[in-house]
Amino acid sequence: MTWMAWTPITAVFFTCIFLTLIGMGIWQAISPTIPRRGFLPLETTRGDRLFISLLGAAYIHLGFMVVSDASIWIASIIALVWLFLVMRWG
Amino acid sequence: MNKITNNKAWFLVLPVFFIVAISAIIPLMTVVNYSVQDIFDPQTRFFVGTDWFRQVLEDSRLHDALIRQIVYTGSVLFIEVPLGIGIALTLPRKGWGVSACMVLLALPLLIPWNVVGTIWQIFGRADIGLGGYTLNLLGMDYNYSQNPMDAWVTVLVMDIWHWTSLIVLLCYAGLRSIPDAYYQAAKIDGASNWAVFRFIQLPKMQSVLVIGVLLRFMDSFMIYTEPFVLTGGGPGTATTFLSQFLVTVAVGQFDLGPAAAFSLIYFLIILLVCWVFYTVVMNAGKREEQ
Repeated sequence: MTWMAWTPITAVFFTCIFLTLIGMGIWQAISPTIPRRGFLPLETTRGDRLFISLLGAAYIHLGFMVVSDASIWIASIIALVWLFLVMRWG
Repeated sequence: MNKITNNKAWFLVLPVFFIVAISAIIPLMTVVNYSVQDIFDPQTRFFVGTDWFRQVLEDSRLHDALIRQIVYTGSVLFIEVPLGIGIALTLPRKGWGVSACMVLLALPLLIPWNVVGTIWQIFGRADIGLGGYTLNLLGMDYNYSQNPMDAWVTVLVMDIWHWTSLIVLLCYAGLRSIPDAYYQAAKIDGASNWAVFRFIQLPKMQSVLVIGVLLRFMDSFMIYTEPFVLTGGGPGTATTFLSQFLVTVAVGQFDLGPAAAFSLIYFLIILLVCWVFYTVVMNAGKREEQ
């Protein structure tokens, strides 16, 4: 695995992503999602909302780096809030 | 009655999952790892956090390449999709003409990218090329290796020549799948040609068109070989698109960190556009069904 040039931060990042996917899979098996409509302008399932929040999180980080030189953790906090908002009310 | 679902079919997807994991997911994870480090060799690497991302996002060469890429991809879609639909509508529906047209249309698709570049490189030359020589004979001062506009148009026309057939073949397949009953009903109702196109042919072509447009978007957004062979990104940087800029950074300068950061931004752009497009078209389809 050394050829993949792992760092602790990226390892934690991917572990979180994989755990989320596995968790979502189990959740889906236990109680299947029902498409619904929240503040997003389209009907979404749980998986759709996760995808939207992850893609949004990536753009929040990029946008933050364009407008500010401050620590990237601020963007991560904003992204977490965004993830919560979309998953709960999206 | 409760429907019995058998989830064993998912095991059949496993081989595909493993192939995708090896060919796409693991390399993508490696790119993410590279994007946060300064790598000299596998043993000598330093964690730099988001430095490469910040550097790449502020790079004006990248901004220029991105604008060129967006204009190019927009032009490709704007010309190829209507042209492809138009040609598909005029193709014969039966007889020997069908096979003849299919073979003729498939020919450009069978030619490898670098050969297409070489064909057009020679075709566009003012001294020995048929196209370039004819244009100059007609009084146009055409030279794709010196004039940025000429280079731009040549790359665009080359792509249209190479890939419009794909849209045509997909649309034609969509058109062939429409049962005759639809046309007969339209005839009874006295529908105009435009109404037949708008309410029968276009909706029936929708799913193949989505695939066609997505393929053309991704391919033209990642175009590399053809402009590289034809113009080498020049004159100046007139036809340097994103992937060529990326290769210059990654292979030419061996700046793996910035190249990885840039690849991820590139990937995110494509992901976002494809997702938005797919969602909008599929939701529009659902609304029409309702």
